[in-house]
Amino acid sequence: QTGAVSGRVLDEKSQGVPGATVLIEGTSLGSSTNADGTYLIQNVPAGSQTLVSSFVGYNAKRQIVTITAGQTTSLGDISLAENTTLLSEAVVVGYGTQRRQDITGSIATVSEKQFVQGQVTNPEQLIQGKVAGVQITSGGGAPGASSQIRIRGGSSLNANNDPLIVIDGVPVDNSENKGVSNPLTLVNPNDIETFTVLKDASATAIYGSRASNGVILITTKKGLSGEKLRVTVNSQASISEKTKTIKVLSADEFRDLVNTRGTESQQNLLGTGNTNWQEEIFRKASTFDNNVSLIGSVGTLPFRASLGNTKQQGILMTNKLERNTASLSLTPSLLDNHLRIDINAKGSWVDNNFASADAIGNAARFDPTQNIFSGDDTRFGGYYEWLNGDNTLNTNATRNPVAFLNQKRDRSTAKRGIGNIQFDYKFHFLPELRANLNLGYDMLRSNGTTFVPAIAAQNFSDKGANNFFEQKKDNKLLDFYLEYAKQIADHRFTILGGYSYQDFIRDQPLDSYQASADGTNIRPAFRFKTQNTLVSFFARTTYNFKDRYSLTATGRNDGSSRFPTGNKFGFFPSIGTAWRLKEESFLKDVTVLSELKLRLGAGITGQQDIEGAAGNYPFLARYTLGEESASYQFGDQFIQTLRSEGYNTALKWEETTTYNAGLDYGFLDGRISGAVDVYLRQTNDLLAKVAPAGLTNLTNEIITNIGSLENRGVEFSLNTNPVRNNDINWNLNFNVAYNENKITDLGATLPTFTGYAVGGISGGVGSNIQVNSVGFPANSFFVQKQVYDSNGRPIEGLYTDVNNSGTSNIDDRYRYKSAAPTTTLGLSSNASYRKLDLAFSMRANLGNYVYNNVNSQAAALASLSTNGFLQNVTPNIYDTNFQGFQYFSDYYVENASFLRMDNVTLGYNLRTFAENKSNIRVTLAVQNVFVVTKYTGLDPEISNGIDNNFYPRPRTVTLGLNLGF
Amino acid sequence: CVGDLDREPFNEVTSEVVYSDPANYKPILAKLYAGLALSGQTGPSGKPDLSGVDEGFSNYVRQYWSIQELPTDEAVIAWGDDGLQDYHRMNWTSNNPFIRAMYNRISYQIAACNEYIRETKDDKLSGRNITGTNLENIKKYRAEARFLRALSYFHSLDLFGNPPFADENDQVGSFQPRQISRAELFSYVESELKAIETELVGAKQNEYARVDQAAAWTLLAKLYLNAEVYTGTARNTEAITYCKKVIGAGYSLQNTPTAKFSAYGRNFLADNHTSPEVIFPVTFDGNFTKGYGGTTFIIHASVGDSISAAAYGIDGGWGGTRTTKALFNLFPDTAADRRGRFQTKGQKLEIDNLTEYKYGYAVFKFRNIGSDGKVGKNITFPDTDFPMFRLADVYLMYAEAVLRGGTGGDLGQALTYVNQLRTRAFSGTNAGNITASQLNLNFILDERARELHWEGHRRMDLIRFKKFTTAAYLWPWKGGLKEGRSVSDNLNLFPIPSTDLVANPNLKQNPGY
Repeated sequence: QTGAVSGRVLDEKSQGVPGATVLIEGTSLGSSTNADGTYLIQNVPAGSQTLVSSFVGYNAKRQIVTITAGQTTSLGDISLAENTTLLSEAVVVGYGTQRRQDITGSIATVSEKQFVQGQVTNPEQLIQGKVAGVQITSGGGAPGASSQIRIRGGSSLNANNDPLIVIDGVPVDNSENKGVSNPLTLVNPNDIETFTVLKDASATAIYGSRASNGVILITTKKGLSGEKLRVTVNSQASISEKTKTIKVLSADEFRDLVNTRGTESQQNLLGTGNTNWQEEIFRKASTFDNNVSLIGSVGTLPFRASLGNTKQQGILMTNKLERNTASLSLTPSLLDNHLRIDINAKGSWVDNNFASADAIGNAARFDPTQNIFSGDDTRFGGYYEWLNGDNTLNTNATRNPVAFLNQKRDRSTAKRGIGNIQFDYKFHFLPELRANLNLGYDMLRSNGTTFVPAIAAQNFSDKGANNFFEQKKDNKLLDFYLEYAKQIADHRFTILGGYSYQDFIRDQPLDSYQASADGTNIRPAFRFKTQNTLVSFFARTTYNFKDRYSLTATGRNDGSSRFPTGNKFGFFPSIGTAWRLKEESFLKDVTVLSELKLRLGAGITGQQDIEGAAGNYPFLARYTLGEESASYQFGDQFIQTLRSEGYNTALKWEETTTYNAGLDYGFLDGRISGAVDVYLRQTNDLLAKVAPAGLTNLTNEIITNIGSLENRGVEFSLNTNPVRNNDINWNLNFNVAYNENKITDLGATLPTFTGYAVGGISGGVGSNIQVNSVGFPANSFFVQKQVYDSNGRPIEGLYTDVNNSGTSNIDDRYRYKSAAPTTTLGLSSNASYRKLDLAFSMRANLGNYVYNNVNSQAAALASLSTNGFLQNVTPNIYDTNFQGFQYFSDYYVENASFLRMDNVTLGYNLRTFAENKSNIRVTLAVQNVFVVTKYTGLDPEISNGIDNNFYPRPRTVTLGLNLGF
Repeated sequence: CVGDLDREPFNEVTSEVVYSDPANYKPILAKLYAGLALSGQTGPSGKPDLSGVDEGFSNYVRQYWSIQELPTDEAVIAWGDDGLQDYHRMNWTSNNPFIRAMYNRISYQIAACNEYIRETKDDKLSGRNITGTNLENIKKYRAEARFLRALSYFHSLDLFGNPPFADENDQVGSFQPRQISRAELFSYVESELKAIETELVGAKQNEYARVDQAAAWTLLAKLYLNAEVYTGTARNTEAITYCKKVIGAGYSLQNTPTAKFSAYGRNFLADNHTSPEVIFPVTFDGNFTKGYGGTTFIIHASVGDSISAAAYGIDGGWGGTRTTKALFNLFPDTAADRRGRFQTKGQKLEIDNLTEYKYGYAVFKFRNIGSDGKVGKNITFPDTDFPMFRLADVYLMYAEAVLRGGTGGDLGQALTYVNQLRTRAFSGTNAGNITASQLNLNFILDERARELHWEGHRRMDLIRFKKFTTAAYLWPWKGGLKEGRSVSDNLNLFPIPSTDLVANPNLKQNPGY
């Protein structure tokens, strides 16, 4: 005689707790709650029973329930109270969720509460500085600028080093989206609930093929069954302003320099004006960000719908971004909760007005003694431009930066839709068996035009510009898996097996069509289309004994269309174990200790994303048609040519082996908690662009499996809750990560061979400042060792004869530091006093170096003038007194370690009403509060380590209003 | 769905498909020619042939011009690009990016020719059922591809001496080519040129810019004239034989001046494709053959701030190349000798500083203006073709080979040819003519500079006359000193770039590097 019991487990905020354990005391009967916190336990003996609901981080609750035979007793809601600050809900892992206590890999979760506040346009900024070993560097201060995300350093040389990003189970295409700088801009940060970062192979290997650089799982907010309708309105208004400009000479200082040290012809070029060009191109910029969301359920259909609008001005004149987003999620449960359906649709529409960063460099360099307008010469729209002696436009000269911005319209529109529908079916006859089907689609439509009028000096020879592009992307996903989960006494195990198919098509019907302003065709439309496909088979098994010992083993067999037949598939296994020492008898009674778990993991992941370096068909012998402008004359005909392309028939998967050991700890009921991890990642068969032996291929550089690279490091995180009482609650989080990157092999080598040059700089053409060579970090600076005089001034052109050859030349370069920090630190605090709260987050990078390309090209007398025009210089010229350019001097490689306060937010809950479920909250946030650094340039945080034309990160003050009812 | 992993490209065509259609053979041949003129598949830049180098720098003619001119008395350059000053200062090493760019361009060109020659073998063509006129045409194309390969191997032989070697029998892929000795490569180029002599279209019978028998003869003459440098054995008699073949083929000097331009000067203008003395040009066009190499580079780089760009038919100069007083002083009277055209206004004859444009006179030779004074189609990208081989060079080679003791020619004829050039130079008068007693080897070297300066011959000439490295002839900044100094003889050959030494363990570096 048995019956069933059902109900829902809620947290303090009346939100469902997924993954909570619900047991009938004294039996092995039990269940875990679903995503919405609901559960159903069957075959419960009739009569009075005690139901125990528990979840890590919460106080367990006991409740007496009377089971009636043949019936399902509905118990209603059970609310659990949080007992620690350690959020230990079910953690989203690849293909499903796991209880945190069972997790064997290195996984970090950041949820809404901990997100960076203020005006955040790009989702990844929400977790900047929050996770040990995850480095997020924005590309600059432009709205929607792209970010470089590195998890535990880069594992590849020329293949993609970006992590895989999975949004609600759909791995999204992170390749270039024309019309938007950052593909993640197309996701509204307000829709995001949690980020889960999978760092080591034991966690990532289930995504084998694309997991070498870590995986970031983004889960968006969803409605809950039975939930009352709630409306949230979020409004923010911000003002942004530059904090600093590039230091250059004032008009008077410049006049003085040219008059004392310049030539006569240079002095003749001086003007009478007094223009601070950088002041002319930057402005105070405003941003308005509005979001509305509805969450709740209609009958038994839980839903969430949201709309967002962001209007963001850049601090550089003419620069603007407008984004509209809409999202809808439906999560119905059918067939007695046996079939759960998860439908997500997200759409966004982004309009960009780009402003060329070249204007920033031009503004720094433009002669400050010239005026913005010429006065009488109207040829270039009235703007002052440099002329040749014969009064024609000097085409080599720096262009007037104000004209450069005002006379160029660079607009684009990008529309992206990401949708998926996921069916999760628990078999009626065998509830331990679950089938999951996920169908996803990610599409993008974008186009843009660049218009420059014929009178603009910037395109004067071409009679202006009227260029157009168009891009379509269609990416499909099908995932299917079966999972069997069973608990037998103290043994709990799951077995999962699945299949994944993903296909990417990128079509550019009008790939940068170029014309003059009047529409005269210069370069006809050229269609570009490419496709790649991934097919994978994967399996995972987990085993847990007595909640003490956990084991996870995964295997994934991945096929990529980018490799030749025979090499298409790669197998990526991993294994991870965890031992919860705290549960052992010798620690069980140590009450000060609330958690102690040891994790060990190892695994292999793969890399096949070489599209950026070699396209999608790098192994095929193929021919490319040349464009009309690159024809060759035979007789009186111009023949469009066919070029044979280089190819590599031996291409195969790059493999990264990761070893990770970690310790999760918690003290004082979790008020102090965190983790320590050490890891070693070795990448072999690097997909690197290297020179094939001359004459052997139809190119001089080809992507080849050559060499090895390793990253090793330590990570430490600490979450504390130092004060917690009725009035005050203070949380403080700290993380630190140390990473060492080293190239350990690049194939054959010779003493005379210095490595593969990378890192192009401005000044000279085709000059590189970095090198990849064995025994050094990737992209190490490769420079000459400056000799200084007794006053510490660099002596022009004098460098140490490093190789003792008797002369000093380019063979005397040495490898000196790199752009990647060795140590990254993050500190965030969140304190509340009654209705008031104050949060801040800070970051520091140590050991990162930057090549000051601004000084190297603008702090020499030679940079005053070339070809009949003057250019401003930086005050660094007074320090060096350089006549000529010294591009390769290590003098310009500066320590760019920094401490930055990203954000301070003050919040006040004006009013709460309706049983604490409704509230009005106002916030005041300041972003980019300060930077402490010894770096002498504009901003020390430059992802590739070459500082030039950098769009300054503004300081932003945001007033926010949050309304919930 | 595992079958979906066999994706085929949309834009590009696979090799198999390309060669199945006879119409595609000409566009592929055109690419082999374009390998000399262009840097990639988009003009002026984009989709480059070579990577790891600025695309404009990677152009064949630009690199060839730079490597043959910049280390000599004829040219200096102002720019501070990594390694560029090493040319004139003669302190290059195996890591020099410009030497590597030249080497890579030559290797690329040879590899592309090998691929074409491999795919046009008789058995492959018959396997694809190509017959009749198509077959006849393709065989001619194949002979032209062999010429282009021989030309690049000749450049390799001249510059690098003992380069790696591969031909159509080596498949594309990861093998390591053997190193060939300079003498052996000499024989290979010789045998290739002789083998295609009859397969090529007759002299002056081909479409403009395509190679004919006269181009092969000119290259053979050059090969033989320099044979002593390459093999230790002089072959001046053969040089005379092939010069005579070219001279007998019906080319004539451009002897007609226009209202605006001298007869000599017309060979370097936007309409120089009409010149009757050009044997083998590399073509450029303002609309259809655009790039930052070739004559775009030669013209723009030579124009600086004190000079009117309009006089060159361009929109602005790059302020780079000038010459030394050594070349200027070869013209005792630049007004009488119309070949000596220099921009002196705002410029200084003495070079105090290599990297400042104002030091050194600018050469006023190549222009983007037609004989009628009209500017070319595009003021950024000239229409001016680069004369790789022209008759005047063959006349001077003939005279030199005779003076060097080759048989089959005579001094009287040599004097006639030299005086034809001088008569043209001196505006159709005999004011500059020389006598038989004045005709000697030193005169020939100087006359070559006067007639052929900035056409990419100088380094080869100086080496042949043993004046490139030795103290016998010094010019400003030779060896890195303002007054000039002799340098080590090993600099007569360039080093094999360290990148290829690493990639190919079969290679041994040239001595002294």
